[in-house]
Amino acid sequence: MNLNEEVELLKGVPIFSKVEQAKLKLLAFTSERVNFAAGQEVCHQGDPGDTMYVILGGVADVLIDTATGQIAVAEMQRNSFFGEIAILCDVPRTATIKAREPLSTLKITKDMFYRLVAEFPQMAVEIMRELAHRLEDTNEKLRAATKAA
Amino acid sequence: MRLPLPKRLLPRPVKSGQIMPQGTVAANPTGFPAAFCPKKPNVIKGLIAYTGGKIALARESMERSLFSYIWRHSRPEQVVILALVVLAQVFYFLSLTVPKDVINNGIQGNAFKNSQTIPFLVWELDLSAILPGKVIRFFDGFQVDQMQYLVVMSFVFLGAVIVNGLFKKTINTQKGRMGERMLRRLRYELYDRILRFPPAHFRKVKQAELATMIKDEVEPLGGFIGDAFVQPMFLGGQALTAIIFIMLQSWTLGIIVIVLLGAQMVIIPRLRKPVLVLGRQRQITARQLAGRIAETADGVNEIHIHGAANYERADIAERLGRIFKIRFDLYQKKFAAKFWNNILSQATPFAIYLVGGYFAITGHMDVGAVVGVLLAYKDLPSPIKELIDWDQQRQDVQIKYEQVIDQFQPEGMMPPELQAVPDGPPPELGKELALAGVVVTEDGRVKQLDNVSLTLLTAARCAVIGGSNSGKDVLGQVLARQILPTSGSIRIDGKDFFQLPEYVLGARVSYIGQDTYLFPLSVRENLLFGLKLRPIAPATYDDVARAERESFWKESERSGNPALDPNADWVDYELAGATGPADLLPCVVTVLKQVELDEDIYSLGLRGTVEAAARPDLAEKILKARHALREQLKGGTYAGLVEPFDKDDYIRNLSVAENLLFGTAVGKQFDGDNIAADPYVRSVLQATGLDLDLQRMGLSIAETMVELFSGLSPDNPLFEQYSFISADELPNVRLLLQRLGGKGIEAVPEADRTRLMTLPFRYIEARHRLGLIDADMEERILQARRSFAEGLPESLKNAVEFYDFGRYNSAATLQDNILFGRLVYGQAQAGERIGTLISEVLDELGLRDSVIEVGLEYNVGVGGKRLPATQRQKLGIARALIKRPQLLVVNEAVAMFDGRTQDRIRDNILATASECGRGVVWIANRANQAEPFEQVVVMQGGRVTAQGAPSDLAAKGGLYAELLASA
Repeated sequence: MNLNEEVELLKGVPIFSKVEQAKLKLLAFTSERVNFAAGQEVCHQGDPGDTMYVILGGVADVLIDTATGQIAVAEMQRNSFFGEIAILCDVPRTATIKAREPLSTLKITKDMFYRLVAEFPQMAVEIMRELAHRLEDTNEKLRAATKAA
Repeated sequence: MRLPLPKRLLPRPVKSGQIMPQGTVAANPTGFPAAFCPKKPNVIKGLIAYTGGKIALARESMERSLFSYIWRHSRPEQVVILALVVLAQVFYFLSLTVPKDVINNGIQGNAFKNSQTIPFLVWELDLSAILPGKVIRFFDGFQVDQMQYLVVMSFVFLGAVIVNGLFKKTINTQKGRMGERMLRRLRYELYDRILRFPPAHFRKVKQAELATMIKDEVEPLGGFIGDAFVQPMFLGGQALTAIIFIMLQSWTLGIIVIVLLGAQMVIIPRLRKPVLVLGRQRQITARQLAGRIAETADGVNEIHIHGAANYERADIAERLGRIFKIRFDLYQKKFAAKFWNNILSQATPFAIYLVGGYFAITGHMDVGAVVGVLLAYKDLPSPIKELIDWDQQRQDVQIKYEQVIDQFQPEGMMPPELQAVPDGPPPELGKELALAGVVVTEDGRVKQLDNVSLTLLTAARCAVIGGSNSGKDVLGQVLARQILPTSGSIRIDGKDFFQLPEYVLGARVSYIGQDTYLFPLSVRENLLFGLKLRPIAPATYDDVARAERESFWKESERSGNPALDPNADWVDYELAGATGPADLLPCVVTVLKQVELDEDIYSLGLRGTVEAAARPDLAEKILKARHALREQLKGGTYAGLVEPFDKDDYIRNLSVAENLLFGTAVGKQFDGDNIAADPYVRSVLQATGLDLDLQRMGLSIAETMVELFSGLSPDNPLFEQYSFISADELPNVRLLLQRLGGKGIEAVPEADRTRLMTLPFRYIEARHRLGLIDADMEERILQARRSFAEGLPESLKNAVEFYDFGRYNSAATLQDNILFGRLVYGQAQAGERIGTLISEVLDELGLRDSVIEVGLEYNVGVGGKRLPATQRQKLGIARALIKRPQLLVVNEAVAMFDGRTQDRIRDNILATASECGRGVVWIANRANQAEPFEQVVVMQGGRVTAQGAPSDLAAKGGLYAELLASA
């Protein structure tokens, strides 16, 4: 995949949808593309981290350690992003992300992330929107779980 | 001179707090620990005289007078030179008298007025002085005529001149050699003394000053030594002859001349005295300046951190000002002295004119005699002046010499016997180390160790714990003889610990403190440093080299230098538990494992290179590993992580330059950016027509860079990391593109094309992903690669080592050799996974130790700075462990590691020590490290407060329990 194809791909990612083409190209050029084989961990719960990932292809499981072992709490697909919590709050990884099938990601470093957000406030709004969705989703699950109990 | 030890001085337990028995100080009647017998006011009376005497002995001072020093060490040479000088006078005289004969007899024919021939080479003994008229003639000589005489005498003159010149040459060479020998001797002696300085002395002297003294300050001595005796005798002789001649002409004038000369010789040295004093100051200030400059270099970080650069400037400016003043005063005084010197030397002719003239006019003397005196006097000033100069030089070097040697005789120097080279394996250490009433004070005030009495078994494992001011670290340093006690005694099996030769201590006791000094050599040299106590096996030389070495050593001995050969094998393999160089490696690896340094050295080894010619066996094994790895990579688990090198494939994870070269650059020719500018590479590109393609590619890269980076500020870090074009250059490139206005490469001026062409050389398709290299382009670059290799001129053959799967590449690292490919960009954890795989492959082939062996060749840099601090310290510990010491003193040496590593290293050391019955004194940086030890010594305020097994101490409670609880 060359740079221009990658830029096209990034355009389809909601959080980058408002970022102008030239900046997106710079993002693509300066960010590392990382591929994971099926079963490989992208990040591990509890490890320190300072990068976020945007999935460009493939599916990954979100796993959480519990007293009874790891459980899958969600799955992530193309265009979703993860790892932003470690960047925003300086906390260790809150979940383990494992590739279910060969996974292609764009790795965005902390510096790059802040520079992008500063330059494109729209991107921050998109991220907020996504985070709100996830919170709502979690609340939903919590309600269902309490009801079941 | 050793005093028998009174019986009562033998070690006995001294309860802490008890007043030290009177004799304990005297228990060390050695010169070495003069710090043991200091001029301390509180030392019990009666001892002072005794110790005072010892100090004088301990100083073992150098010769105060330079003259005696020179005479003592160069007497025979001086005599030979003197004899040569006297002999040379004969020929000198001959070369002066022969011309007279040539002119008078040869040319003017004075001797041939009466006869056609005269006898030549008459050999007779004239005894008329004792027996009137008695002349014994041995040979009547040849009869020669005038022409023959002229020819013969001319040749005699030529011969005399040549012989005279030869004498001069020989004398000067002899003098020079003698001077250099003496200089060598003096320098060696000074250095030898540095090695015998008491350890505490190094807290007072600056290393740069020591270096300046040995290197620069003694240098002028070498020039003087050759003339030290010969010059005054020679010049004195000349002056005496002239004076005698004057005396023969006229007593009165002679006496006047003598009086005036005497005045000169008294007054001029006095005038020069201040010059000498200033010279001494100049020497000291210059030495201090050297010390200050070294301090600046040492403390450069502190200067920057605290912004103290200007304060330092002020200090240096002040010093330079002082030096300027001294030097300027020196000039003034020097020229004033010269002025008076000239006046005084002209006073004599003045007197001769006046007095001689008066005598001549009044008729007391004839004019001829006055002129004769004047002529004789012409020969007098120059030897006198030179004599005075010589005397000046003598005083100057004498002062320099004193200045230097004063710095090299501190109190308490180690006697040379303690540093003797052992003839055989070092003896065992002894079983019991007994400390009695040991006191250590800093400048006689704070007691760092206060009356410590202890018995340590050298085969036992003992921990010392205490707070930060408990003196435990001082105890550790005392046990390694790093600090000499102020009073008290330490005996090992009843013998004075401080009389133990250094090689016994070096071989049998190891000490490792909180920081380690590494020499700027390889890891291996540093590790084996502690095994080099004596030459074990002589170096092997061929006949020529051996003869050369023999004469080298002979010369060494002439200058009092030891004939030790640094090329010999000094490594005492037995100490390390090996039998020779062949089986040393396992011992090394074991020690590295004990300090957990093996992994680090292994990775250094992977990054190291090995010359195939030097280690063909290893090269072959690495090739095997390459094959094995290639097999493994074919398997599914590692698929797509490595792009293997194949000479018929374009490697997308290599840059265009690397693809073109397809090998490792050796030297600078094709290295880095040089390849783009190389004329041969250019010619290849032109021949294959690739240059235009690369220029097009460069244009395309330039366009992309301008597009991507234009909006960024020039100091954006992305430029540094990612851009092909620097921030400064970007505006120019943009201008170029604007002028081009979308036209192709053909419109670009030639000069800019060259610049554009350099851009794609760094371009890596897999990483930069600009889609510039398609299948067609790949094929064209491959073609260029082939023609590059085929047409490579002979002169450049050594500048590149081509990738060849079947051949080991001496220029590439071991890792690159094994991998023979490049990690693919963007594969998660590819580096780690392949690293593990390589490690597995190497383990399987049993190559791990060989890689470590390569890693051992890594140069640690000045002060070991090329290694991280923890690795430096680990290497220091390994150096202490490899000689398997009977007693190991670990003085808070693990403090810089994390807690778990500290414990692991301690356990490793303890396990080996108990297994082999070796002793360990572990000065614990954390009290809870003491638990696995058999014996624990608890210290507080420089005193031992408790000792015993950990369980007993725990039962008693007290300080031990307190320390453990707070740890």
